[in-house]
Amino acid sequence: MKNLKKGIALAMAASLSVCAFAGCQSGGETSGTATESTGGESTAASQADTGSAEGGKVYYLNFKPEQADQWVELAKTYTEQTGVEVKVDTAASGTYEATLKAEMAKENAPTLFQVNGPVELASWKDYCYNLKDTSLYTNLKSDDFALIDGEDVKGVAYVIETYGIIYNKTLLNKYFETDGAVVSSVDEINNFDTFKSVVEDIQAKKDDLGIQGAFTSSGMDSSSDWRFKTHLANLPIYYEYKADNIKSTSAIKGTYLDNYKAIWDLYIHNATCEPTMISGKTGEDAASEFALGEAIFYQNGTWAYGDCINNGMSDEDLGMLPIYIGGEGEENQGLCTGSENYWCVNSKASEADIQATLKFLDWVITSDEGRDMLANQMGFVTPFTTFDDGYQADNALIKAANEYIAAGKTAVSWNFSTIPSEKWKDNVGAALLDYAQGTGDWSAVQTAFVDGWATEYAAANAGTESPDA
Amino acid sequence: MNKKVLRPYFPLFALPTFIAFIIGFIVPFGLGIYLSFCKFTTVNDAKWVGFQNFKDMFKDPEFIHALWYTALFAAVSVVTINIFGFAIAMLLTKGIRGTNLFRTVFFMPNLIGGIVLGYIWQLIINGVLAKFGYTLTYSEWYGFWGMVILMNWQQIGYVMIIYIAGIQNVPGELLEAARIDGATNGQVLRKVILPMVMPSITICTFITLTNSFKLYDQNLALTNGLPSNRSELLALNIYNTFYGRTGYEGIGQAKAVVFFLIVGVIAVTQLILTHRKEVQQ
Repeated sequence: MKNLKKGIALAMAASLSVCAFAGCQSGGETSGTATESTGGESTAASQADTGSAEGGKVYYLNFKPEQADQWVELAKTYTEQTGVEVKVDTAASGTYEATLKAEMAKENAPTLFQVNGPVELASWKDYCYNLKDTSLYTNLKSDDFALIDGEDVKGVAYVIETYGIIYNKTLLNKYFETDGAVVSSVDEINNFDTFKSVVEDIQAKKDDLGIQGAFTSSGMDSSSDWRFKTHLANLPIYYEYKADNIKSTSAIKGTYLDNYKAIWDLYIHNATCEPTMISGKTGEDAASEFALGEAIFYQNGTWAYGDCINNGMSDEDLGMLPIYIGGEGEENQGLCTGSENYWCVNSKASEADIQATLKFLDWVITSDEGRDMLANQMGFVTPFTTFDDGYQADNALIKAANEYIAAGKTAVSWNFSTIPSEKWKDNVGAALLDYAQGTGDWSAVQTAFVDGWATEYAAANAGTESPDA
Repeated sequence: MNKKVLRPYFPLFALPTFIAFIIGFIVPFGLGIYLSFCKFTTVNDAKWVGFQNFKDMFKDPEFIHALWYTALFAAVSVVTINIFGFAIAMLLTKGIRGTNLFRTVFFMPNLIGGIVLGYIWQLIINGVLAKFGYTLTYSEWYGFWGMVILMNWQQIGYVMIIYIAGIQNVPGELLEAARIDGATNGQVLRKVILPMVMPSITICTFITLTNSFKLYDQNLALTNGLPSNRSELLALNIYNTFYGRTGYEGIGQAKAVVFFLIVGVIAVTQLILTHRKEVQQ
């Protein structure tokens, strides 16, 4: 009897601990193919075994949730054709950096990821494979679309985007027909002063036009504030760089800050809501106001096309104006065009995985399926020569961008990639908000813009932490 | 006899839990402390930098702001939650009609998750403020009182239950004796009930204090630190430092260690102080 009890107790204890061990073990072993809990993820590995055994596998951590399903589909096609396992995982909106940090620490880290420009590259450059001898780089139209660190090509842009002031054509035409309209055609708006008087006239006539305001709300919620603290801030930076003939700087002078103030004033005082409300307004608020025809002007970019169409607008409704701030020669200014999506290949992955990833990328930009998916399904304007024969993305906003280039206007480059840190943007955004609400004055924006640049530049470059050994 | 049989197997039975504890707590804790002395981008690729992170941490004005903002928030919410919780507990031990219904109703907010509560209250408060042309994120003080209201709403029911248990445990003879001796209601409350429910007070202040200091999800859902990180409590500040700022992972980790120390010291001090006031029945 005693022995029996003893035996049972022993057996139970043993089985318990075995269960516990087994639990950890299986967790470690299968982490490659198991479904983890990081947002919309799926493994397109119909033949996972054969794929991984031979030539390595691909794991792409995708940044753009809008295109998540299409990437999975593309990965599946590739797996069907070649048998190479391609896993696509998309970080939830606004959590890319956090997801990337977590995923990179895992055993099966992403082999393909992205950074948004030189500043983010600085923290990931030890993880970036030199893409110099890959078809990705050789097919690139210009070095402007690559992140080059010394001799090494660390990242290659895969989508070119354009932003400006999107406008509702139908409503704007309605305005042109009103009595005493400042201009009668959108072509006449080619400088800040004209634009300002048009906006103010529209705001005055908003009830006649059946709108809430000329501009959508300038939301300073984190889903929307980048439109002003980053994209709008690009304009004064662009004009200063242009005047000084430089491409980046360690200390910005803020020559065009008055222009920044003027356009910001225009945005906040001629909008669908009071400036005291903007702290809580989101990106979706602005998008829906625009799509519902409550406002005529909406500062955003080509990526907003899908939202506009999904909310019931049609191609004929959409046009895009350059953001005029009153810089010299702005009659010839075009839209703001650039990229903040650069592919990087994880140099710490195994050689087989790196080669598999490069092959996959080569297939994406050269095969019919890949090009069709990127250009037609995802709507990307790509910087690769391989897309020239008939794989051009086409939508109303991209068309507007192309028309400005065709008309010989100078595109504004995306100089905000030279902004020293995210912190700089946050501080400028905070000051912009305070100024708009009346809880602070413009000098705080100046301080954050000029002094903040110098301090953040020093912090980012001297390294607040120890220098890289 | 059973005990005797099982004793030799004690380590074996404790093993699974012990292993889980090591994996789930000891290792991450040790790793966390180690990482606070490192510069890193991913946690398995860290470089030792000594106390640099701790020095840099205090150069961050937002951290200092979050520190006193959290302390103030904790002070205000601990006081309000406990006073209201105790008051409601007193009311609901008087034997008025529907006592059980009220107890349930007051306790229910505690069953809803912090994120959900945060969004619900954001809608309510913004709906009211919109009438006056403001939003919850207009200034950090709107968010501050928003969070105080939210935490009160959520936690009052919880501490109420604990206080009710405490109050019901006050021996009837004591109350009776006090009355016979001619004590007023105020005197009964101060000299009899309060000392007798001191253990409940210890528990409730401990819970509310640590909860307020560690508050994260309600903060995230209600204001997300807006405007511009000024309504950021410590936990959110640490998260944002770690994940939001390139190159600041180590500093975020260092903040987390300091955060642990602060919460630990405050909680233990509070426990000792209130424990001293408890009377043995």
